[in-house]
Amino acid sequence: MRYAVGGRAIFDGLDVTARRGRITAFMGPSGTGKTTLLRLITGQAYAERGSVRVFGTEVSSLSNKELFAMRRRMGMLFQNGALLTDLDVYENVAFPVRAHTDLPEPLVRQLVLTKLHAVGLRGAARLMPSELSGGMARRVALARAIVMDPDILIYDEPFVGLDPISMGVICRLIKQMNEALGITSIVVSHDVQELASIAHDSFLLSQGRVVASGTPEELHHSDIPEVRQFMGGLADGPVPFHFPAPDYRTELLDGDEGSR
Amino acid sequence: MNAATDSLPVMAVRRVGAVSLFFMQILARIGPALARPGLIVRQIYNAGARSLVIIMLSGMFVGMVLGLLGFDVFQRFGSEDYVGVLAALGNLKVLGPVLTALLFAGRAGTSLTSEIGLMKSTEQLTAMQMMAVDPVRYVVVPRFLGGFIAMPLLAATFTVIALYGAQLIGVQQMGVDAGAYWSQTQNAVDLHDVWEGVAKSVVFGVAVNLVAVYEGYHAEPTPEGVGLATTRTVVVSSVLVLLLNYLLTAAFLTTK
Repeated sequence: MRYAVGGRAIFDGLDVTARRGRITAFMGPSGTGKTTLLRLITGQAYAERGSVRVFGTEVSSLSNKELFAMRRRMGMLFQNGALLTDLDVYENVAFPVRAHTDLPEPLVRQLVLTKLHAVGLRGAARLMPSELSGGMARRVALARAIVMDPDILIYDEPFVGLDPISMGVICRLIKQMNEALGITSIVVSHDVQELASIAHDSFLLSQGRVVASGTPEELHHSDIPEVRQFMGGLADGPVPFHFPAPDYRTELLDGDEGSR
Repeated sequence: MNAATDSLPVMAVRRVGAVSLFFMQILARIGPALARPGLIVRQIYNAGARSLVIIMLSGMFVGMVLGLLGFDVFQRFGSEDYVGVLAALGNLKVLGPVLTALLFAGRAGTSLTSEIGLMKSTEQLTAMQMMAVDPVRYVVVPRFLGGFIAMPLLAATFTVIALYGAQLIGVQQMGVDAGAYWSQTQNAVDLHDVWEGVAKSVVFGVAVNLVAVYEGYHAEPTPEGVGLATTRTVVVSSVLVLLLNYLLTAAFLTTK
């Protein structure tokens, strides 16, 4: 599969599969297009060449209506939660239900409270999104993502900016959702330790292609330099510490000319 | 399709086209959006009720100035009784709808643009799309309709208060005879003038709200982008209102 923006290829020859009922992790340094990959999977962007298949159907061949039908079978957790700021927690979780069904209020209530209970926030139902901490907001977003009982759950950087406790909570929830509900999960992140504890399969992406794949355990023992740099968090390696620049000495000695 | 190299007229035509297409999208979704009147009522409250105080205050002052101006001009001809006519026609036909639209653009239009722009930059609109919910239907149309319904009501409020303000100065302070004031007004104003004001406020309502939701929905999802979009809402909708006002005034004169 190939995807390019403004002539610059983000992915070229990328070939990955997330299998049903498993937690698949996509890892990689910032700027490798992990979020772009999610946009391709959810049909917010289309591949230039090659194919993106979800539930066995080619995403780019779907009409708008079919695309929306496909998305109803998916839940997505955004980096910052993306809760609707003018609705409280309860209404946020109820939003997809009200939009897609005509269920009577008692049933909606039951659904919403069940999902909120699952993420431990039943008591926060009447709070507004602005009153939530980052970790709570993400848990509410998770409750909203699962309220329609999706087949696939997509997590975009679920651990970013969270304290260790919230991180642990999200980690446990991702695992629970997968085990209890059998939801196929796709996690995009660069938090190696957290992913290692939950992912069944993982892919390490770098510069538009898969550098390594396997279980987190296998990646940890890999000899590939890119993998070792990433998993070990080394500052310099195949991904250089320095952004490409002219020779340091030349630039300094040239004085002002270098910057002109 | 490179925006940077296009000349000004090309950019203008492209923009008008984009806004028109967006308007079509809105029109096509009005039916489904009416199924949730609660959303629209809330927006009428946001755009209308919350603008009420500044509209009433402004109406009062504009009416009072018209009272002063009318008295000053007409007393030179010894015909102070006509103060009411000037105030009534000026307010009904021009000042009521135009000033309401300009104030509305500054008060409600900007908040529409920045609200939708911020929803976009915090991925709320994308999140809706991911929940298979159409943001135009759930976010844009209720706001557009709310503003569109609020605008003529606000203009009517403005006009009524302004008429009272003019009367306050003309009759109470300057001593024009109340009977003459109101009878001259009654003679001069006919239904055609009232319709002109109503028609203008409806058209301005479409223009200001369309510009506001368009700019918000198409704002660059950055703090700077939302700021720029908000500014554009005020500038574009103000100029548009004044232009449309001229065209409509001319059109109503020829049909009288």
